[in-house]
Amino acid sequence: MAKQSKTINLNFGPQHPAAHGVLRLILELDGEIVEKIDPHIGLLHRGTEKLIENKTYIQALPYFDRLDYVAPMNQEHAFALAIEKLLNIEVPIRGQYIRVLFCEIGRILSHILNITTQALDVGALTPSLWGFEERETLMTFYERVSGSRLHANYFRPGGVHKDLPRGLSDDIYEFCNNFPKIIDDLETLLTDNRIFKQRNVDVGVVTKQEALEYSFSGVMLRGSGVPWDLRKSQPYECYKDFNFKIPIGKNGDCYDRYLCRIEEMRESIKIMKDCIKKMPLGPVKSIDGKITPPKKNDLKNSMEALIHHFKLFTEGFRVPEGEIYTAVEAPKGEFGVYLVSDGGNKPYKCKIRAPGFSHLQAMDYLLKGHMLADVPAVLGSLDIVFGEVDR
Amino acid sequence: MSANISDLEKSVNSALTTAIKTSKVCFNQLFLEIDFRNLYSTILYLKTNNKCRFRQLIDITAVDYPKKEKRFNIVYFLLSHENNARVVINININEKEAVPSITKIYPSANWMEREVFDMYGIIFKDHPNLKRILTDYEFQGHPLRKDFPLTGHTEVRYSENKKKVISEPVKLEQAYRNFDFDSPWEGTKYINKEEHSKKDKEK
Repeated sequence: MAKQSKTINLNFGPQHPAAHGVLRLILELDGEIVEKIDPHIGLLHRGTEKLIENKTYIQALPYFDRLDYVAPMNQEHAFALAIEKLLNIEVPIRGQYIRVLFCEIGRILSHILNITTQALDVGALTPSLWGFEERETLMTFYERVSGSRLHANYFRPGGVHKDLPRGLSDDIYEFCNNFPKIIDDLETLLTDNRIFKQRNVDVGVVTKQEALEYSFSGVMLRGSGVPWDLRKSQPYECYKDFNFKIPIGKNGDCYDRYLCRIEEMRESIKIMKDCIKKMPLGPVKSIDGKITPPKKNDLKNSMEALIHHFKLFTEGFRVPEGEIYTAVEAPKGEFGVYLVSDGGNKPYKCKIRAPGFSHLQAMDYLLKGHMLADVPAVLGSLDIVFGEVDR
Repeated sequence: MSANISDLEKSVNSALTTAIKTSKVCFNQLFLEIDFRNLYSTILYLKTNNKCRFRQLIDITAVDYPKKEKRFNIVYFLLSHENNARVVINININEKEAVPSITKIYPSANWMEREVFDMYGIIFKDHPNLKRILTDYEFQGHPLRKDFPLTGHTEVRYSENKKKVISEPVKLEQAYRNFDFDSPWEGTKYINKEEHSKKDKEK
C-alpha cells in the first residue's frame, strides 16, 4: 500500500470574505500548518489591456479606474503621465497641484480600506465601521470634482478635466483638520490592541533581500526597511515642492506594514494641507486644443473650438511613435504603464504593471510554515485588490 | 539622475560589447536591445555587477508585430535602487523560438513569464511551472496576440439543461462595430461580416 499522505488539501475561495475579492487558494495543510499555497488568479480578468488597444487614448482612460477601484485616480495618473511624456506636453502648475491633492486622497482612501479590512480579517469589526464613514466623505470629494464617487475619469492627458468647484478646497482643508483625530481613534482601537498584535506581530516577515527579490514595492518594501518611494526618488508632477517623510518599518512583519500605512496617512494629510495652501491660480489643463477639449461655452461661439471638440471625441489625438515606461507611487506600490505607440490614435500596446500581482505571487513563500489562521492576516497586509491583479 | 544614466550606459556597453546590439537613453531610462541567446548572462550581469545593481525586476511583457519576421518583442524592466535608474531590455524572437527563463535570477519572474506565456504563447525554457495564469481554466488561444479577435472565440453561460457552466462559440446579438475614425469616409467595419451581409440580403 502506498504511504498515506499526512497533508490535506483545502480550497479557499473564490467566494470568501477574507479573500479580498475573487482569489482562490489551494492550500496544502499538515494539521494546521501550511505546507504549500497555490493561488489561482484571473477570476476577474476582463482583458483590460486588449480593450485598451482597441480604444483611443481618451476612451482608454476610464479602464484605469476599474483596476484598483479603491484608489482610482492614482491609476489614471500613470496613464496620463505616459501619454504626456510621449506627446511632450506640460501640465499647468495648478493642474499638477490638483492632481497631487487627489492622489493623496486616493492614498488615504486605499489605506483606510486596507487597515480596517485587515483588522476585520483578524476579528475587529469596529475599525471598518469608523473608517468607512471617512471614506464616504472622501468619495464625496471625488464626486464633487468629477461627478462620480468611484470611476472618476478625472485625470486627462494634459491636466485634469475640470477645475475644483467653489468651496471644495475649503471643505477638503476642514477634513484634513479633523482627520488626524480619526487616525488617533483607529490607533487606540488597534495599535496597542493585544489581539491585533498577537495576530500580526512576527507574522509574514519579509527581509530586505527578499523584498527586493520578489519585486515588492510600496509599503511591502518600506515595511522591510527599504527607504524607497517614487514620490521622493523619482519625483513626478510637483512632488518636489512638498516636504514629507517616508515612514519605513523595521521588522518587515504585518504589524510594521500596518504602522507604515498609518504614518503614510498622516503624511498625506500634511501634503494635502500644504497643497491647498500653496495652490496657485491658472488653467488646470494644457491649452493645446489638439489634446484637451475646449470649454462648453466656447463651443457656442468658436468654430475652431467646435472642430477641436469633434475631432477629439471621434478621432482622438495621435501620439508620436515611441515606447515609454512610467511609474507612479500608487497606494499599493509601484503602478506602471508601458505604452507603445505606432503613431496612431490608439495605443499599439499598453502593459499595466500592477503592484498587487507580484505581492500575491509571494504568498507561497510568505506563508510556508505558518498556521492556517495567518493566511487571512498576511493576505490582508499584502493589500490585494483583484481589479489590478487580474486586469 | 540624467548624468548618472549616460555613465551607466557607457559602462554597460563596454562590459557587454558583444551582447548588446543597440542602446539608447530615452526619457531617463536605458533601453538595450540584445539577442535572446545572451539574455540570461546579460540580466545576471546587470543584477550582480557592482556598478549596475539592478536588483529588482519590475515586469516582463511582450509586444506582438505579426508582420515582422521576428514576431515577438519581449521587454524586461529592471530597477536599481542604488543608482536610481531603470533599464528596459528588448529581445526579438520568432514564433518557434523559446526564451530562457530568468526565474533563477529573479524568483518573481515566475508569474510574469507565466502571464506572457498565457497572453502570447511564448515558451520559456526551464520555467518551473509554465501554465496559464489569468485566463479561464481550459481556455484556448492567446488573447493579446494581434490576430486574436476582441470578442474572443467562445462565451460562457449557465446551462439549465446540463446544470453547469458551459462554453460555446461567440454569438453576437448585434454586430460589433469598430468605429475607426482614422478614415471617416469608408464607414464602419463589422466583425461578423458574413452574418451581417446575410441579414442585408434577406431584407
